[in-house]
Amino acid sequence: MKRHPLYGLMAEFNTTDDLLSAAHRTYAEGYRQMDAFTPFPVEGLAEAIGFHKTRVPLICLIGGLVGCSGGFFLQWWPSVIGYPLNIGGKPYNSWPSFIPITFELTVLCAGLATVFGMLALNGLPTPYHPVFNAPRFELATRNKFFLCIKARDAKFDAQKTREFLQTLNPREVSEIEV
Amino acid sequence: MGADGLQNTPASGASAPVLAPGHTYATITDKISAIVLLQKTRRGWWFGFAIAFILFMVLNVAIGYLLIVGVGIWGINIPVGWGFAIVNFVWWIGIGHAGTLISAFLLLMRQAWRQSINRFAEAMTLFAVSSAGLFPLLHMGRPWLFFWLLPYPDTMGTWPQFRSPLVWDVFAVSTYATISLLFWFVGLIPDLATLRDRAKDRLPRMVYGFLAMGWRGSAMHWHRYEMAYLLLAGLATPLVVSVHTVVSFDFTLAVIPGWHSTIFPPYFVAGAIYSGFAMVLTLAIPIRKFYGLEDFVTLRHLDNMAKILMATGLIVAYGYMMETFMAFYSGNTYDRYMILNRMTGPYAPVYWSLILCNIVIPLGTLWSSKIRRNVAALFVISLVVQTGMWLERFVIVVTSLHRDFLPSSWGMYSPTRWDWATYLGSIGLFFTLFLLFIRYLPMISIFEMRGLAHELGEKKK
Repeated sequence: MKRHPLYGLMAEFNTTDDLLSAAHRTYAEGYRQMDAFTPFPVEGLAEAIGFHKTRVPLICLIGGLVGCSGGFFLQWWPSVIGYPLNIGGKPYNSWPSFIPITFELTVLCAGLATVFGMLALNGLPTPYHPVFNAPRFELATRNKFFLCIKARDAKFDAQKTREFLQTLNPREVSEIEV
Repeated sequence: MGADGLQNTPASGASAPVLAPGHTYATITDKISAIVLLQKTRRGWWFGFAIAFILFMVLNVAIGYLLIVGVGIWGINIPVGWGFAIVNFVWWIGIGHAGTLISAFLLLMRQAWRQSINRFAEAMTLFAVSSAGLFPLLHMGRPWLFFWLLPYPDTMGTWPQFRSPLVWDVFAVSTYATISLLFWFVGLIPDLATLRDRAKDRLPRMVYGFLAMGWRGSAMHWHRYEMAYLLLAGLATPLVVSVHTVVSFDFTLAVIPGWHSTIFPPYFVAGAIYSGFAMVLTLAIPIRKFYGLEDFVTLRHLDNMAKILMATGLIVAYGYMMETFMAFYSGNTYDRYMILNRMTGPYAPVYWSLILCNIVIPLGTLWSSKIRRNVAALFVISLVVQTGMWLERFVIVVTSLHRDFLPSSWGMYSPTRWDWATYLGSIGLFFTLFLLFIRYLPMISIFEMRGLAHELGEKKK
């Protein structure tokens, strides 16, 4: 008898091909709230479970633009407005000499934005997640591949979904508690 | 067992596999994580760590004495205002560049052989940049005022000199250190999760679990992760070129002969990659032997790295030839004297050792695939190249400073024991950090090796 509410059902597979075909069939069957877990990135898997566009490149671009404009402005303002120094009549806005720092700050801000944006979009750090309760889940970081269908999916039914997962040729199907 | 050792083995050198056959995701994971989690710390590690730590303590004494007494304890004088500190700074930063190149550039070039060496190469970069960063701070007359180089709102109403390469260095090296750290740590996250799941004892599980931030290998997470990793690689590649270019600007923006030269940016970057790959070889060869990783860091990797050494060595040799040629061709008295002084003046033995170590020995040997397959020879050659690159920085800094335009200003420079102590101490710092890294973190990227095994398996189908 269940003591905790159900988070979902987890199917364990032995190879990436099994997981990929299982993911495609699950998606075709109409399930949308699902996730797959692998020890290394598998090409095509994210698309198979319905995940397409990531916003990480946009975040990187925005970070880069902020760094670039900020870096240039950081040098331009003191040299032209805040503390201009007349050195032999040379131009205050000596923009070629501002390029190295502008470039470095572009890269720095783009990099920081990319990393922290990626972590934020992934919701990391997440100290606890129900899937860690799945049996043998520690093998997801070793050599086994998992597919999870979440209980909050519209088509989820404890019995029918379990039967469906069994048809996908998994090594094991198990329930995960929240 | 792996494809290693005998020169007569057919599968060696360029035809050796990138990953020795017979490995599965499980064996890869278990082998690499066992080094961190299961094996007792070996005696060899303790021995190396003891030496490194002693040198690190020498560094601390040298820094302490420097802060109390001042830069007069070093051999610098007028005219040679820059000595070992700048030589060591440029040497260490140069070494760091290979790690970023392996991680970032070879990723963009889709080179599969990068997978097993990139983790410890990136760690090497991080620790090299740490050692490097000490020297610009210490060489200041008042190091405790280093923060004046940063553009913070101060009570004096002044700003740093943004038009100065010394300030550009601050931004370049800080950016490089930060991006290297981010790149390295992001690459570690899935492996920290692996260690969290493999650890038997509570403390390692908690520490690795904390650092892994709850990574679970979700496909959606991997998708964003790969995108972020690719973007970082794309950012890090031009960064590498720009950082050593900015370091070369420390010299080129001055006016003295031998420094004020447009060849420096590409010549320095090539030289950095040269010394960096030499350091990667110096580290890879003992590690693979000592920890039994010949299946992952195969002879193919060593062969490829030796080829890169050859290529960058040729670029460096071209740089020297052009410098010499242009000095004479220009007809400029001062430039001509600068080259003649390097070749025949008081520092001539240093100059000719430089030519021997950087050009004659490596370029005379690395063309031969037999030598490239000889692991001991590669190790010796890598040390020779690193020595040569240090001598190159010494020649650039000291020979141009000690005799420039006006003969009445000429002088000599000789290092003091505190110069040597600080230099050897920085090597101690580097190896202390590196040994701690190989003890407590996976020195080969586990998830990337699994991915490589997967790719190679796919190709066979």
